Parts: sequence; structure tokens; C-alpha cells
Amino acid sequence: MSAIILFTAVSIAQLMLAAAMAVAFVRMFRGPRAQDRIIGLDALYVNAMLLLVTFGIGTGRVIYFEAALVIGMLGFVATVALAKFLMRGEVIE
Amino acid sequence: MILAPADLPLWAAIGVAFFLLIGASLTLIGAIGFLKLPTFYERIHAPTLGTSWGVGGVMLASMIFFTVTESRLVVHEVLIGLFITVTTPVTFMLLARAALHRDRAENTGYAPEKKKASLPVQEDGETHPADN
Repeated sequence: MSAIILFTAVSIAQLMLAAAMAVAFVRMFRGPRAQDRIIGLDALYVNAMLLLVTFGIGTGRVIYFEAALVIGMLGFVATVALAKFLMRGEVIE
Repeated sequence: MILAPADLPLWAAIGVAFFLLIGASLTLIGAIGFLKLPTFYERIHAPTLGTSWGVGGVMLASMIFFTVTESRLVVHEVLIGLFITVTTPVTFMLLARAALHRDRAENTGYAPEKKKASLPVQEDGETHPADN
């Protein structure tokens, strides 16, 4: 019984997160200006991170957590660097 | 003792499923709002739904699942949750300021006006170099 509940919930959650990734990708692809594309990229990596954690729950392995942690840290740095580039025209002053 | 995922007790499975579905559906709602809203300054609010309760729900589900299956307290998901909660406002403030700067520089009409209240005071000042 609990296996069925867990499997169903994980499958639905994965579908929802994949749909959210697709939507963020659409906005990243056709965003009218650069800042829309950057926020699309930000939403895309957050959703990918959540999807990885959901994979970890589905398979019962802890290794996905570390990948999610790395994605979260690198994505933050990438978004801040891109925002800085939009603001100043250069990343390192 | 390490349980197989199929041997989870019923209450744990229901809790994991509940938080997982809340997190995933809020993330999806945030993403749809991100696609639908008309201007950038409204659009920047939508993905924060995914970074607050989306991350919170999925991390709570993961914490419950691994705590029950490994029979010990597993809270390292708090790291991701804390990190995302701290960094998202920083990122979006930077992006909003960059967008404001660009919109004002190019005069696109989307940016709110700057307050002009301080300008007449400066022009009326007696020691202003332009008056002499």
C-alpha cells in the first residue's frame, strides 16, 4: 500500500517538476529581454534541483542529494554573475 | 537497519507524498505564473513560489523519507533549503536592479519614475555652481 502511494506521488511530482522545467525553458527561449532569460535559467536550475531530490526519494539513494547541492551552489553563482553583467557590462571589476 | 523504500510505514508514505505533491504543485504554479504574467516586474515574483514552498516541501518530504528508511535523523536537506532561501532574494534583488537600470537607460517606459523631489531643492540652493 505504502509503496503504491509513494510511487504515485513521486511519479506525479516528477511530471509536475518536468512541466515546470519545460515552462521555464519556454520563457528562457522566447523571453523578450535578457533579464527574462536569466530568471528563466534560474527557475530552470531550481526545478532541476528539485527533480534530482525527487529522483533520490524515488530510488532511495542519497547520492542525488549531493548533485542537488552542487547544482544549487553553482546556479547561484551563475545567476549573480549574469545579473552583474547586465548591470555593469563586465563581471569582474 | 535500512528499510527498502517499499517497506515504509503508511503514515510516513502519506507524509512524504503530501509534502512532495505540495512542493511540486507550487513549483508548477509558480512556473505557469512566470510564463503568464505580462511585465518583467510582475514576472519576477512568480518563481519565488518554487524557491520558498517548492524547495521547502520537497526537502521536508526527503527528510521524512530518509529519516524513516535509515532509522536515524537525516537533516542534511536543511542545507539546500537554507542555501536557496538565503540566496534567492539576493539574486532577484540584483536582477531587478539591473533591469531597472536598463529600462531607465533605454527609456522603455516599463520602469517606474525616479523621485524628482530632491531636484528643486538643489536648484534653489544659493551656492550651486550653475547659478553663478
